[in-house]
Amino acid sequence: MSTDWTARPSATPADADAVLEIRGLRVDYGAGAHAIHAVNGVDLTLHRGEVLGVAGESGSGKSTLAYAASRLLRPPGRTVAGEVTYYPAGAGRQEPGIDVLALPPERLRKFRWTELSVVFQAAMSSLNPVLNVATQLTDALEAHRPGMTRRQCLARARELLELVNIDVARLSAYPHQLSGGQRQRIMIAMALVLEPEVIIMDEPTTSLDVVVQREILARVMELRARLDCSVIFITHDLSLLAEIADTIAVMYAGKVVEIAPAEVLCQTPSHPYSAGLLSSFPSLHGPHRTLVGIPGLPPDPRALPAGCPFHPRCGEAVAACSRDVPALFALGQRHQAACLVREAAAHAELNATDSRQASPSLPGRAER
Amino acid sequence: MAAEVTVTSSDVGLVSQGGARRRPRAPWLRSPKVVAGLGVAGFFILMGVFGPLIVPADPSATSAAVLQPPSLEHLLGTTATGEDVLSQVLAGARLSLVVGFTAAVVGEAIAILVGITAGYLGGLADEVLSLVTNVFLVIPVLPLQILIVTYLGDGGWLLLALVIALTTWSHGARRLRAQTLSIRQRDYVQAARAAGEPTWRTVGFEILPNVSAIVITSFVFHVTSAIVVQTGLAFLGLGNVSDWSWGSVLYWSDNSNAFLLGAWWWFVPPGLCLAFLGSGLALINLGIDEVINPRLRTGLKAARLFGRARAVGNEH
Amino acid sequence: MHFLLRRAIFYLIAAWAAITTNFILPRLMPGGPVEAVMARHEGQLSDQAVNALHIAFGLDPNASMWSEYVEYWRNLFTGNLGLSFTYFPTPVSTVIAHALPWTLVLLGVVTLVEWILGTFAGIVVGWRRGTWVDAVLPLGAFLRGIPHFWMGLVIVTVFAVTLDWFPVSGGYSSDLLPNVSVPFVGSVLYHAVLPALAMVVGSLATHMLSMRNMMVTTLSEDYVLVAEAKGLHRRRVMLSYGARNAILPNVAGFALQLGFVVSGALLVEKVFSYPGIGYVLFQAVHNQDYPLLQGILLITTFTVLIASFLADLAFFALDPRTREA
Repeated sequence: MSTDWTARPSATPADADAVLEIRGLRVDYGAGAHAIHAVNGVDLTLHRGEVLGVAGESGSGKSTLAYAASRLLRPPGRTVAGEVTYYPAGAGRQEPGIDVLALPPERLRKFRWTELSVVFQAAMSSLNPVLNVATQLTDALEAHRPGMTRRQCLARARELLELVNIDVARLSAYPHQLSGGQRQRIMIAMALVLEPEVIIMDEPTTSLDVVVQREILARVMELRARLDCSVIFITHDLSLLAEIADTIAVMYAGKVVEIAPAEVLCQTPSHPYSAGLLSSFPSLHGPHRTLVGIPGLPPDPRALPAGCPFHPRCGEAVAACSRDVPALFALGQRHQAACLVREAAAHAELNATDSRQASPSLPGRAER
Repeated sequence: MAAEVTVTSSDVGLVSQGGARRRPRAPWLRSPKVVAGLGVAGFFILMGVFGPLIVPADPSATSAAVLQPPSLEHLLGTTATGEDVLSQVLAGARLSLVVGFTAAVVGEAIAILVGITAGYLGGLADEVLSLVTNVFLVIPVLPLQILIVTYLGDGGWLLLALVIALTTWSHGARRLRAQTLSIRQRDYVQAARAAGEPTWRTVGFEILPNVSAIVITSFVFHVTSAIVVQTGLAFLGLGNVSDWSWGSVLYWSDNSNAFLLGAWWWFVPPGLCLAFLGSGLALINLGIDEVINPRLRTGLKAARLFGRARAVGNEH
Repeated sequence: MHFLLRRAIFYLIAAWAAITTNFILPRLMPGGPVEAVMARHEGQLSDQAVNALHIAFGLDPNASMWSEYVEYWRNLFTGNLGLSFTYFPTPVSTVIAHALPWTLVLLGVVTLVEWILGTFAGIVVGWRRGTWVDAVLPLGAFLRGIPHFWMGLVIVTVFAVTLDWFPVSGGYSSDLLPNVSVPFVGSVLYHAVLPALAMVVGSLATHMLSMRNMMVTTLSEDYVLVAEAKGLHRRRVMLSYGARNAILPNVAGFALQLGFVVSGALLVEKVFSYPGIGYVLFQAVHNQDYPLLQGILLITTFTVLIASFLADLAFFALDPRTREA
C-alpha cells in the first residue's frame, strides 16, 4: 500500500516538533467512476517554527490539500481517506493530538483561526464587500475571545494594521477602497489576529505585482519569525520557496513527488519534475540558469497516465515508468523522491547494504 | 453559453460530468429538470394544437344543464348557460398559447436587437438604448397595455400579441445587454474586431452563440408572462371575449359570479392549466440556470456526505 | 456622478416618457382621438364628455401640437386630468384620489409582508441548499406561475364563500361610515386579509426563489469561505456574510418586481371589488373611460417611480460601494 507510506523520515528527533501531521490524505472530486483523485495519498509533516513550502503546477492538488487539511473543502470535493493531526503547543508527543478531520462542528469552529488560519489566494474576493476592515478584523476576536471588549478588539486591529504597514485610518475603509496589495496585507493581518500556531498561505501573493509581492513576503517572513508560528506556503513558484522555505515538498498529479530541505531541493533536485520546475522560474539570488520549463501540459486529472504520471513529459523516462507507480524512497536524511529511474540509480550505488531503508514497503505509520 | 461553462471549470475544482469529451451543443438537455419541464410544456402545446379538434362539445353551445358539477357527461362541469367547461378549456388553449408564443417571439426579437446592439456598440448608442430599456422596465405594463388595447379596440389576436411584445421586451433586453457587454471584453471577440471582421459576422458568430442560453431562458419566461398578461386582459374583458381562451373562460365565470355560486369547476381548470404550464416552463429555466451557473448546482448526494457543505469546490 | 442623483435623473426621464406617451398615444389613433371615441360610442357623447376628452388628450383645434403639449403639461401640474366618463362629471383626479389610498395601503402591506417573509425564507432555504429543504423549489415555481387574480378567485371561494370566514368583497363593511375609529379600521383590515393573501402567496414565492438563488451564489464566494475558516458563528456567516450580500441584487431589482406586483394588484382588486385603483380601472375599461385610463397610467407610473426611488435609498444605505465620491 503505497498510500501508507510515510514521507517523514521515521523516528528522527524532529518528529517531536511536529505541529501538523497529514497522513495518507486522499481527496476526490465527484464520486464513482468519474471521481477525480485530486489528492492521492499525501503524507506531510509540518514542524514547529518551520516554513513548509508546497510547490506544483495548477491542478497538482496543492490547494486542494490545504483546503482538505483545514476542513474547508466544498462539494463536490470530499476527503475520502487519511488523517490530519494537530499537536497543540506544549502537548507532549505522547499526547494524541487533535484529529482535525473528526472534530465535531462546534469544536471545529473553535479550532479554526485560534490554532490554524488561512491566507487565501484571491485577495480581491476574500474580503466581504459590505463590511469595513475593522469589522472583518475584529469579528474573529468576537467569535473566539468573548471576554474582549469592543475597545480591546479595535486596539488589536490597529496593532495588526501597523504590523502589516497599513495606515490605521484604513480601519473604517471598505474593501473596494483598497488596492490589491492592501487587501492582501489585510488578509495576512487577519490571519494573525489570534496568533495561531499554524498558518496556511495559499499563493498569497500571486495576484500582485512583483514589487509588492517581494515587500509583502519580506514582511510575512519577518512576522513569522517574531510570532514563532509554523507556515505551510503553497505556490507554483519554486524559486520563491527557495528563499523562504525550510522544507519544500513538490507535488505532481495529487502526490508528493519529492520532499527535501529547501537548499537541498533547490541545489540538487532529484525528481526530474522538480528540476523542470526549478528551471521554469528565474531565481533572484543564486546562480544563473537557463529557463527551460517543462515540455507538455499538466496531466488531465480525469485521465492520468498509467505508471508514473509524469512519464509522458519526462526526458529520462524508461519503459518501467509507464508501467510501475513510483513511491517515495529516501535519498538522504530528510530527502525523498518518487522516481523509478532515480531509485534504481540509488540502489545501484548503495548496493545491498542499506537497501531496506529505501524500500517503499516500510511500515511508516506503525507507531501511530 | 459554452464559454460560461468553461470559465469556472479550470483546475481540478470542477468538471462537468461529461468528462474530457467535447461539450455538447445544448448541455442543458441532459438536466432532468429541463426534460421534465419540456414534457409539461409539450403536453400543453399538444393541447393547443389538437385541443380545438378533440373538444367533446361545441364550447359555445348552451344547454339546459346549467352549472353542473363535474360528471361523466361533463368531465369539468358546465357554465351558467350550460356550456361544457372542458371544451372551453381545450378550445381556449390554442389562443392562449398562440398569443403567448407570438408575443414571446416578437418580444425576444426586439430584446435581442436592442440588448445586443446596446451591449456591443457601447457608448452613446448604449446610453440611449439602456435608457429606453430601463424606462420600459419601470412603467407598470398592465395599465399601459390596457390603455393601448382600449384605444385599438378589438384588433384580433395578432395585434394583441404585438402589444404584449412591445410592452414586455425590456427584461430580456436588459439581461442580453449585460451578457453581451461581458462577452465583448473577451479575447476572441476583441480579436475578431481587431481583425476587421464585419460587425454582423462578429455578432452572428461570436456573440449570438454565447448568449443563446439567456435568449432561451428569457424567451421561456416571456412565454409565461405573455400568457398571463393575455389572460389578465381577457379577464378584464379586453379583446374579443367571445373567442375562447383561458382568460375569456375566466372572464365569463367572473361575470356570472361563479365563485359566489360555488362553481369552482368553472374557473379552477383554466387557472390550473396556466399554473402547470407556468411551472413547467419555470422548471426548464431552473434547469438551464443550473447548467450555466454551476454555483446553483446543489446535489442532495453531495450535501449528505458533507453535512453543512458548500455548492461547488472552486479551487481558486 | 453621485448614485442617488443619477437615479433621480433617471426617474425624471422615466416620468417624462410616461407623460409624453400618454400625450402621444391618443394622437396615434386613426382619425384622431375624439372621433375614434365618438365612433366607439356611436355618437352618444354629451358636449361635456367631448370637452372632457379634449382636456384629457390636451386637444385644442386651433393650436399647434407643441402648444397642445405645453397646455397638457400645464393641466397636469394643476392636477387637471379631465373628467371621468364613468363617474361623470367627477374629475379624474378626484376619482383617483379616492381610490389610491386603498391600493397604496393594500400594496404597502403586501410588499412589506412578502418582502420580509420571502427574504427570510430565501435565506433559510439557500443556507440549507442541497438538503430536503430544496423540495420547496418546485412548489415555489408552481406558486409563482399562478396569476394573482386566479389565486384570488380560489381564495375567495374557499375562505369567503365556502367557509364564510372573511367577506367576499369590498373594502369595508357597508354599515360603517369611513372615519378613523376602531370598528372602521378593524373592518378595513378584515376586508383586506383575502386580497392581501391572494397577492402574498405568489409574490412571496417569487421573492423566496430569487433570494434563495442569490444566497446560494453568494455562499460560494471566497469571503464566505474565509468567514467559515475564521470560525465565526454559523449565524454570523449566514447573515453578515451570506444574506447581507445576497439581499443587494434583490433590493436593486425591487423596481423591476414592482411592475408585476402592481399589475397583479389591479386584477386582484377587481376580483374582490376592492375600492382601489384596480376596481376603478375595471370600470374605466368597461365604460371606455379614456381620461380615467390615462390618469391611472400616470398615477401608477408615478407610484412605481417613487417606490423605486425609496428602494434606491435602501440600496444606497446597504451597499458601501454606491457611496464612492
